[in-house]
This record gives sequence, structure tokens and C-alpha cells, in this order.
Amino acid sequence: MIHPILTISNLTKRFGGNTAVSGINLDVLPKETIAIIGPNGAGKTTFYNMVSGRMQPSEGNIVLDGKDITGLPPHKISRLGVSRSFQINNIFPEMTVQENVEVVLSAFHGHGRKLFNIASRNTGIQQEAVVLLKRLGIDSLKSQRAEVISYGDKRLLEIAMVLATQPKLVLLDEPTAGMTPDETRRTTRLVKSLAESGDYTFLITEHDMDVVFGLADRILVMHRGEKLFAGTPEEVKNHPEVRRAYLGEEDDDVIEETSA
Amino acid sequence: MSGIVSALLNSLDIGLLLFIIAVGLNIVFGVLNIINFAHGALYMLGAYLAFTLINIVGMPFWAALLLAPLGVVILAVLIDRFLLRFIYSRDIADSLLLTFALLLIINESVRMIWGSGIQVVQPPQLLAGSMEILGSSVPTYSLFVIVMGLLLLAGLWYLFNRTRIGRIMRAAALDRDMAEVLCINTRLVVTGVFAFGAWLAAVGGVVAAPMRALDPGMGDKIIIESFIVVVIGGLGSFPGALLGAIVLGLIHGFGGRYLPEVNMLLPFLGMALVLLFKPHGIMGKGANA
Amino acid sequence: MKTKILLAILAVVMVGLIAVPWIASYFYIFIFTEILILGLFAASFNLVFGYTGMLSFGHAAFFGIGSYAMALVLIHLEWPFLVSLLASMGAAALLALVIGFFCVRLNEVYFAMLTLAFGMMVFAIAYQWRSVTNGSDGLAGFSLGSFGFGLDLTLGNPAVYYHVVLTIVAIASAVLYVICRSSFGMILRAIRQNPERVSFAGLNVRTYRLVAFVIAGAFAGLAGGLIAPFLRVASPELLHWSMSAEPILMAILGGTGYFLGPFAGAAVFVLLETWITSFTESWMLVLGIILALMVIFFRKGLLGTILDWWMEVKK
Repeated sequence: MIHPILTISNLTKRFGGNTAVSGINLDVLPKETIAIIGPNGAGKTTFYNMVSGRMQPSEGNIVLDGKDITGLPPHKISRLGVSRSFQINNIFPEMTVQENVEVVLSAFHGHGRKLFNIASRNTGIQQEAVVLLKRLGIDSLKSQRAEVISYGDKRLLEIAMVLATQPKLVLLDEPTAGMTPDETRRTTRLVKSLAESGDYTFLITEHDMDVVFGLADRILVMHRGEKLFAGTPEEVKNHPEVRRAYLGEEDDDVIEETSA
Repeated sequence: MSGIVSALLNSLDIGLLLFIIAVGLNIVFGVLNIINFAHGALYMLGAYLAFTLINIVGMPFWAALLLAPLGVVILAVLIDRFLLRFIYSRDIADSLLLTFALLLIINESVRMIWGSGIQVVQPPQLLAGSMEILGSSVPTYSLFVIVMGLLLLAGLWYLFNRTRIGRIMRAAALDRDMAEVLCINTRLVVTGVFAFGAWLAAVGGVVAAPMRALDPGMGDKIIIESFIVVVIGGLGSFPGALLGAIVLGLIHGFGGRYLPEVNMLLPFLGMALVLLFKPHGIMGKGANA
Repeated sequence: MKTKILLAILAVVMVGLIAVPWIASYFYIFIFTEILILGLFAASFNLVFGYTGMLSFGHAAFFGIGSYAMALVLIHLEWPFLVSLLASMGAAALLALVIGFFCVRLNEVYFAMLTLAFGMMVFAIAYQWRSVTNGSDGLAGFSLGSFGFGLDLTLGNPAVYYHVVLTIVAIASAVLYVICRSSFGMILRAIRQNPERVSFAGLNVRTYRLVAFVIAGAFAGLAGGLIAPFLRVASPELLHWSMSAEPILMAILGGTGYFLGPFAGAAVFVLLETWITSFTESWMLVLGIILALMVIFFRKGLLGTILDWWMEVKK
């Protein structure tokens, strides 16, 4: 029997009178890729915010690898092995691409406590950063300032930063949002190869159904904060309620969830 | 007993005066996301303009109470149009720095125009002298300040709860996204809000003029007091500004009387205590860093 | 290439600074002593502002307490000068730890107001605790004893004191520079640009802010320890918030994005002050106008603007 790496029970978040996430249960097994889908406002980002420590749950528990991480601050959850990306690009704009990754690597290796080294001569960290950038295919941009690279490259840079902490669990929040079809294909291929490398466990929210069905081992369908259905991509495709609630109809673009 | 009564009334007049000023600072911060470092300097300008209108021009106090704040409002409109408009979209640190530059400019201008010495404004005949309340003698002017503070409080309450623009302002102050949704960042509203904040500061200055000696350092003192008020009460919260002002008034009123050796220290201690237990003020909703 | 030119310029400036007592009058020895001390003060402030992104309006508290510590130690304990300087740094670091504990938890608006308020609290203590601080008059009448290390230096001689200040400021700046370029310094710059991303990388942002705040406080205390013997008094004005404004102005003036920016700013500030006060009393008015223009149009400061211009020319 394989022990789940993440066990979520009865996770709930209420904002005043509104329930954004309601009673979600989920087991994530090591090395699998789970996609979370649902229309805007379904509670996906709120769910992420609770797992990564950005928000306190109103109810429920989050257990990572046997350790209760419910309500811990983000830096502690990150230390314990959960790493996440954001829907909007979340990088260090005035640093170079390589420095962006170096910051996260320095944090991860505990170099942040070094006051008297010269960061730019830290070859170990630099090599590690370049390896990661190569893995994401953006090593040619390493000396560019992060704010000037293309939108799609920024999203890849963020994934590199997310992976830099060697996480047990990676949360990607709409990794292909805003990308061109070309960039989307490239990113999907990349995430797929990372998933298949067996090095990572992924939770991915995504709007693009081709991306979802191409990547996920299992899919959790959320609707209005609740679990509508969970199963394999095949099961989800054929589930009548899911088709009606989500796949059948187009997004009726309600208010963007990010403001929550 | 009479000591307590006069300390209490003294606390109230200091507190309500502080409220008038701090609530202006809070409105400007809440709606425009600008910490106006020059707010105290605008208060000082109100007081000095009143001094000129009363002592030099010879106007009655009541005319100065109307006119001096208008002069400050005109200056505020100019400041908004010619300086602040460059930095509304920038980081909030830039607004702190720019309004700080303004503070230096206004402070020095006041020193050049009115001199470094102390100036005194007499209260109007009607409010001179003192009254007997519960066995203690209270300056009539203190009662006027309290009444004035309560009137403005009522007016602001009406504005924020009963008028559309007021409710929008209050909502915007507590929730910045709301401000953007409601599109209140139109030029006219921005200028109007900044001018309104300045008006409140200047009214505070005119009201303060007969009870406090005027000197070019008075703005610096009041801006620090106002900061303490909003920190205690909570940034962006109007009831918080009232609460913070009353708390600080009590600290001054009673501290000055019963603990004169450490009275300068007490406001800061009060503030530190509030922060320790409620980092965003008693009624604040600010987001953490 | 660029680094070499900068190093050459720095070397020339350094040689010039060393030579000041032989080529300039007493008046300029005093001016340059002041520039060096205020430059260190401003550079320590910039660790908090330019690097970590926290706008402190209470940095004078650490500068002032450094000078009071120096005066008190010289009056009551008569320690050697170098040991007294360590006392200045220690006192300032301790104060920064206490004030920083409250302040670093809050976002920038609260941070600015709180540092201002705490700074004024320290001012109020110095003003009212007469038995220790001598109230508004401040502490004067202390005399410099030995230097320490068994060195026989006449610290009372302005030229000697200038060289001592130059040496200490140079060493302190080198240490500060290394801290800025270290992994720790890189994390601080990252925090300024995006604190949330840093916390999601597993670091407690508050702790890093607090450490930066304490280090900056310690170096401000060192600068304060140097200014007391120079002014021959430690007075409450050194703690007043208008003193906190000076490093802000100097950093903005010189350029907050550059390590040497605050030093350049301090030089321009002191020289301008000397020049302008020679024909008008309204130095603060001029300063306000300069600051407003810098904030609106030249946010990168003098160094940044010059470097940008130089890069343009080279193209």
C-alpha cells in the first residue's frame, strides 16, 4: 500500500457569509499528477492558498507526509516541501533570470544566513541554477533582466523557481494562462516530461482542457467550492454531470477569482 | 474630583481636535493610498492664515474659520494638480517622500513669512474666559472645541453613512479593489478627496490657533500625533480615528496632569501596546506585509 | 572594463580623501569629516531602504543613541575610543532589535509611521530623562582619552580625527558592501522586489527584515559614535526625526540603487548646505524643492542618472 503524500480532509474556507471552498477531501499519491478543474470562482485558487499557507482554512486538515501543516505560515510549508506558482507572474523583476533562481536556491540551501560570502562567486548555486533553467529550456535567457523577457518565458521561469526547492509536492496555478498556443504546447510538453521523470508530484489547475487531459493521472472537478467529481480523465470525460456543469458550457466569465 | 473633571474635559478637547485632523489623513490614505506627510503642515497653514486674517487684517474669528481653510484648499488643489499627479500610480514610498518634501517647503515658507517666534491668536470675545462645571473652572474655548469636534463628527457620520459619495469613500478606504471597481480614481474625485482632507487639517488648525501658541514646529508635532492616532485606531478606519484620538486625548489629558515626568513617552507606550496585541490597530483591516 | 573605470575613480577619490588635511584648510577638514560620518549613516539607512525596501523615518534613533552611548562611556567609564565605538554599535543594535521587533511585522505605510513614532519616543526619553541625558542641553564636556590598541593618537587634533574617521568609515563601508553583495544581501533585494515570493521560497521574511534592520542600526550607531566627539556634544537634536530625514534625503539624492549612492548624496548634501547657508537661511526650502524634483523626475538619484547618461553616451 502506498501512503499518500498529501491528505486533505474536509477543507473549508468561508469569507463572511460565502463559502469559497466546502468540505474538500483529497489524497495525493507520490509521483502522480492531479488536475483540478472547474469554472472561474469554483474555489481552485482559494484551495491552493490554503494548501500553501497563504490563507488559513476555516475548517479541515492538511497533512503532508504524515505531518499536519494546517494553518502554518507559507515559509514553513515551503520548508516542509510544498512549492507553488501563481496565476499572475510572481518573480523578481529587477534581477536577471539566473539570479531569480539563485535567490530561491540560496533560500533552499540555507545560504540566506551567510552575510559575508560574495553571492556572485557562489559557483555551486550558479551551476544548479543553470541546470534548472536548461531543464525548462530558458537557459539562453539567463543574463536578461527578468522583467524584459516574454510573458511565456516568465511563467517558465516561475516554474523553475518553484522546482528549485526540490519540493515533495508542486502546486501549479494555471501554468499556461495567458500563453500563446505555441507557448502552451511547449509548456505542456515540458510539464509532462517533468511529471514522467518521476521526480515530482504535481497538483495543477488549468482551464485548457487539452492540457488537462494530456497531463493528469486523476482529475478533481470543483464547482462552487465543492467537489463535483473525481476520477481518471476518461471517467471525467464521460461523466454526465461534469459535462453539463463544466465541459458542456463555455465559461460564463464571472468575476475573476484572483481578487479573493 | 474637580481635577478628574477638568482632566477629562481637557482630554476631550485634545482628542476631538486630533480627530478632526487625523480623520483627514485617514480619508486621503484610505481613498488615494497616499500618506500625506504634509498634513500637519497644512494644519499649521490653517492656523497661520487665521492668525493673519484675525490679527493683521482684523477679521472676526468666525470669518477666519470660514476663509482660512479655503485658502488651504486652494493650495491643496495646486499640490494635487502639479505635484501628486506624477506619483499616484507609483509605489507608496514615493508619495511619502514627495509629501515629505512638501512638508519641508511649507515649514520653511511659514518660517520665512511669519518668523520663527511664537504667535498668539486670541479667542473671540464670546468664547473667552471660563465656565464653572462640576466645581472646576473650564475655559469656555475648550467647550467650543468639543462642540466643534462633535459637530464635525456628526457631519462626517452623515457623509459616510447617509450619502452615496461618502459610502463609496468609506468602502474604498477599507477595500482598495473596491475603489478600482467603482472607478473612483477619476481626476475630479482624487482632487476632491485630497482637498477635503486638507480642509479638515486646516479647520483643525484654525480651531487650535486660540488654544495653542503658533510656531513653525507645530505641524511636525501634530503629524506625529496623527500618526499615533491612526496607528492606534487603524489605518483607513473612521471610527478607528475617533477611538484613537480619544485614547490619545485621554493619555495627554491625564498623563500631563498625573505623570508629568514621562508624559512625552506615554503616547508611544500606548501605541506600542496596541501594536503588540492588534498590529493593525483596534479597528483596522490593513493587510499584513 | 566598466568595473575597472569605476575602481580607478574610486582609487582617485580615496587618494584625494586621504590627502585632504594636507591640501585643504581646517574648514574643509571639518566638512569632509561630516561628509564621511553622514555618508556612513546614510549608507546604513540604505541597507534598510534601498536594499530591503523599508522606508524608515526613525533611523536617527540609532545614530543618536550611538552618540549618547559614546558620550556616556567617555564621561563615566573613560574607555578607550575604539572600545567606546563598539559600545555605540552595541547600544544601537540593541535598540534596533527592540524597535524592529515591532516594526518589521508591518507593511510599508505602518512601518514608516511606526519607525517615526518610535524614533520620537527615544527623542522624548533623551529629552525628559535629565539625570542621565542632561535633557535638552545634551551631554558635553567629555574628553577623548586613548585610542586603543596602544596607539598614541591625538584625537583632539581635527586632522588626526579626520584620518581616524576616514579609516573607520572605509572599513565599515567595506563590511557593509560585502553584506550587500552576500547571499543574505541578495535575499534582501529579493524581499524588496517581491516579499511574497521569498516567503514561498521558504524564508521568514520578518526575520530577514529584522536582521537587516539591526545591522543598519548598528552601523548608524557607529556613525553616531563618531559624530559625538566631532560635535563635542550628544544632544537630543541627533535623535529628532528631522535627523532621520537626512539619510533619506542623502540616499535619494545620491541614488538608492547603488552602494555608493548615499555617500555621493551625503557629499552633495553637506556641500550644498554649506554653500546655500552662506547666503540664505532657507536651506530646508531649497532641500524640499530638490527632494521633490528628485522624487518626481530623477528617482534614480545623481549616481543613477549619471550612470544612465554615461551608458547612453557609450552607445
